[in-house]
Amino acid sequence: MSIKVKNTAVTDILWGISDPEIPVLSIMDMGIVREIKETGNEVMISITPTYSGCPAMDTIKDDIDKALTQAGFKPIVNLVLTPAWTTDWITEEGRKKLADYGIAPPLDAAGDKSVLLHGKKIIKCPQCGSENTVLVSQFGSTACKALFKCEDCLEPFDYFKCL
Amino acid sequence: MQDKIYQYLLLTGDNAMILGHRLSELCGHGPSLETDIALTNISLDLFGQTRNYFQLAGALTTDNKSEDDIAFLRMAHDYRNVLLVEQPNKDFAHVIVRQFLFDSFHILLLKELTNSNDQQIAAIAQKSLKEVTYHLDFSSEWVKRLGAGTEESHQKMQDAIDFLYPYSGELLEETPIELEMKEMGIGADLPAMKTNYYNHIHQVLEEATLVPPETSWFQSGGKKGIHSEHLGFILAELQYMQRAYPNMNW
Repeated sequence: MSIKVKNTAVTDILWGISDPEIPVLSIMDMGIVREIKETGNEVMISITPTYSGCPAMDTIKDDIDKALTQAGFKPIVNLVLTPAWTTDWITEEGRKKLADYGIAPPLDAAGDKSVLLHGKKIIKCPQCGSENTVLVSQFGSTACKALFKCEDCLEPFDYFKCL
Repeated sequence: MQDKIYQYLLLTGDNAMILGHRLSELCGHGPSLETDIALTNISLDLFGQTRNYFQLAGALTTDNKSEDDIAFLRMAHDYRNVLLVEQPNKDFAHVIVRQFLFDSFHILLLKELTNSNDQQIAAIAQKSLKEVTYHLDFSSEWVKRLGAGTEESHQKMQDAIDFLYPYSGELLEETPIELEMKEMGIGADLPAMKTNYYNHIHQVLEEATLVPPETSWFQSGGKKGIHSEHLGFILAELQYMQRAYPNMNW
């Protein structure tokens, strides 16, 4: 359920703001931005956290505020919790960027459950493309990632876990 | 009415906060890198949930309390967390069993709260439920692995079960506020969860070759503000910055 917005000066600016923990991904790619309301100069933007405790939210809020203010807008940034964010909202483009960056992108929600909860090996190594990978831990370097290891190239890698 | 919802939010939020704090104490001290990171990730989720509850609670107060005011500026007897979550990190077995007993309850509670008449409580529950699914999976897997592991790990797990199991009853104990919130369709029906809760616990314990202690007596008090001495030590550390430097911000 990605949001559909028409491209404006505001969305151009938002595409330029990234998640500080995954700098290759714009917040628009992440599906964090849920609503944009423009009334003249005033812009109301609703964002939703990936995880409740995501420490990047405050930074993202400040970044949006700063970028829009610099461009002459009067932004109001709201935090909304519902509907709860899901990895399904990450754009196709975003998934490609994640893989190029070395983070295995999330599978669809159904596929993911079997991987994380029953240990099936269908996550591709972002380094060498092998499917011979194992889950090391469901919890990784940030709240939104799990830790995997490739049995072929032996490199550890992050997997963006489904929510 | 607002005050009652405030009290109800404390009952839920304080559990997340105190358990989150206990897990944060393990940062850099986990038995392995992966478990260390897992436990602190769970801690972070719980603190995020706590913030959601306390921001909502603060908005209901007449003097506009902030989330920090609620988290840091109460006395021990004003905290409403259950005694289970304040029990110390004696060893990894205690950490895992405490987590397992709590997660098994937490998931049932959140499932109920997603149907709350209060839209904001329902929203927090929906968000938290996704996270807690991973928590429960983590703690259940470790209960099984250690329970059915070596003789030593089995014994440590059994000791932890014997010690912590009597603290599980309080999770399902219904206080007057919880009864009232249930009747208004805002809160969860705790007594109704009892069968599901213990069925799940006993099933996992059996798989782990562990035995629940024979007890008909359960610890109780935290929800009424009567805590073990552990909470005082937790708060001394948790509140230090706000007490020493009032209104400080990150």
